Amino acid sequence: MEEWAAGYHCHPSETGWGMDALSRNNVVVVGHHDGPVVVLAHGFGCDQNMWRLVVPALAEKCRVVLFDHVGAGQSDLSSWDAQRYSTLDGYASDVLDLSRELDLRDAVFVGHSVSAMIGVLAVAADPTRFGRLVLVTPSPRYVDDGDYRGGFSAADIDELLDSLESNYLGWSATMAPVIMGNPDRPELGTELTNSFCRTDPEVARVFARTTFLSDNRADLARVTVPTLILECAHDVIAPPEVGAYVHAHIPGSTRVTLDATGHCPQLSAPEATAEAILRFVLDQR
Amino acid sequence: MCETWNSSDNDNEMFSALLEDSAEDLYENAPCGYLSTLLDGKIAKVNGTLLRWLGYARADLVGRRRFSDLLSVGGKLYHETHLSPLLRMQGEVRGVALEVVAADGTRMPVLVNCTVKTTEDGEPLLIRTTVFDARDRRAYEQELLRARQKAEGERDEIRRLAITLQRTLLPPVLPDVPGMEIAAHYHHASPFEVGGDFYDVFPLADGRWGLFLGDVCGKGAGAAAVTSLTRYTLRSAAVYDPDPTAVLTNLNTVLNQERDDGPLRFCTVTFGVLEVEADGCTLTLAAGGHPPGLLLRADGTVEYVETPGGQLIGILPDARVVTTTVRLSGGDTFALYSDGVVEARTGDTRYSEEALLEFAGTIAPTSAAGVVEAFVGLLARLGEGVEDDTAVLALGVPQSPHRDL
Repeated sequence: MEEWAAGYHCHPSETGWGMDALSRNNVVVVGHHDGPVVVLAHGFGCDQNMWRLVVPALAEKCRVVLFDHVGAGQSDLSSWDAQRYSTLDGYASDVLDLSRELDLRDAVFVGHSVSAMIGVLAVAADPTRFGRLVLVTPSPRYVDDGDYRGGFSAADIDELLDSLESNYLGWSATMAPVIMGNPDRPELGTELTNSFCRTDPEVARVFARTTFLSDNRADLARVTVPTLILECAHDVIAPPEVGAYVHAHIPGSTRVTLDATGHCPQLSAPEATAEAILRFVLDQR
Repeated sequence: MCETWNSSDNDNEMFSALLEDSAEDLYENAPCGYLSTLLDGKIAKVNGTLLRWLGYARADLVGRRRFSDLLSVGGKLYHETHLSPLLRMQGEVRGVALEVVAADGTRMPVLVNCTVKTTEDGEPLLIRTTVFDARDRRAYEQELLRARQKAEGERDEIRRLAITLQRTLLPPVLPDVPGMEIAAHYHHASPFEVGGDFYDVFPLADGRWGLFLGDVCGKGAGAAAVTSLTRYTLRSAAVYDPDPTAVLTNLNTVLNQERDDGPLRFCTVTFGVLEVEADGCTLTLAAGGHPPGLLLRADGTVEYVETPGGQLIGILPDARVVTTTVRLSGGDTFALYSDGVVEARTGDTRYSEEALLEFAGTIAPTSAAGVVEAFVGLLARLGEGVEDDTAVLALGVPQSPHRDL
């Protein structure tokens, strides 16, 4: 968390705005003020802390914008709405809200996992805000469909949703007031700092459904900005054939395969991930 | 002191003799599964307990499989999206519930703890994971879940019962009183309890109308029974003698007779007889301990119609009932209400009769429907501060009355 100390939280009291996207999404800005703006969007599971190992390297050269999707981390849980967040468009419109409030133009959107497709939807909706896209371990569809291999069967995803519904991911009702910032019980706040991935089961269930049942294959062709696809050599959630599919369907995209395992290269291979992002952000400018 | 030390030494020797386990045996046959994985998840070492649970040979797993390969698909996704990131971020994860899949495909619920072993300069080296059999715990959790679902189902049933019972205590529709406009509202403080408020409007034999609004003390089934008794007593008493004082005196007698060893059952109530005339109406009211009625005049002035000194009905053998008469002309509206609204909490204090009168001043002049609508808005604003049920019954003489008389 030390790296974060150099940044600033965008709270309404500082900006004079009401409950805007910046406080709703717990937006944090760090790094080089004159550098290119890089927005880091976390995926399903945890929050903006997912980026902690790559932020120092990126912040040396770039202005780094971090945020939590509504329902995750320190976002405003009261803004969460099952209907709005039952499609990725709801998340994409949050991204556009905060890009408008920060007055971003031609910024770089780095989306991990499901946020890769959220970025695809955001640039398709408004190409002026983001001039480049970095898709980290993206998948436009997780469930197999005919010849398309997403890596999962519908039954697999049902199993994940069942797992979430049977509530086995560890949540206690006492966490809700903590995340919502209950001022009466500040002692609970310290517990949260060790729980970057804790989410209200109801929120997690909806986000999992939205994530793993979405199909954004047709949206890939709508991307008209330079795009980098960053994938891991061994990733059970987004296997190489899915990375190849995304590469083939986004015109002019670049694909980089990191010698890393798992779905989160920003944690398992932070140096290589930061380097690949920086090269893409800086080299072509 | 010396003796204590000696005794402790003896104990240690005795324990050592008993505990012949080697470190290897402690690891291999620990009462939990134990495995070490490389940072990429590949299994480097696994103990005999876990191998027995899973039905694998050591050679099947070590160097060949990743820990996540042993998990159900839901578990794999959870591993990648939660467990693995958390381990990287905080170096340990405790009490994660997963399902491991044995060689024969059967599943076993487990609880998993992981720690990252690091080099002296903090570089992560490998991950150590203990796996606890959670079959009994999971079965118990399923039972708890079932019990909760059952409790939730019963809660819904209680709510349905409460709503149905409440409905029987209130008139399904208010009668159409020629020359008058009548409106009413019932605010439930809790969907799970039957409140004790009641009201009604009904025709009397001589062309006049009877009406009442009251509040039985307490809540729940006991209060509902008294409310039912009260409502039917008021209506039948009015058939024999509609004089308001006589009606309330009869009610007082009945409630006193009904008293048994149970909790005291009493009510506050205002009973009125309405006589509609060519240019308005006359209301004769009798009240027993009930909050004053609210009169909103056509000219915008507001006042309480007091019946001071009326006593609670159902406690004393001879409760004192106080009567008063109100005359309403075109544009005037009169409202009866129960004390849920004036007793509502607003911060550290209560909403009061003064506040209600002031509020009435802001809405007057208005119709019966206007008064009820304003009450609904007021109750919504007071929100959870309204701790008790609240009933309101309003009678108004229209500005340009259409007369059937």
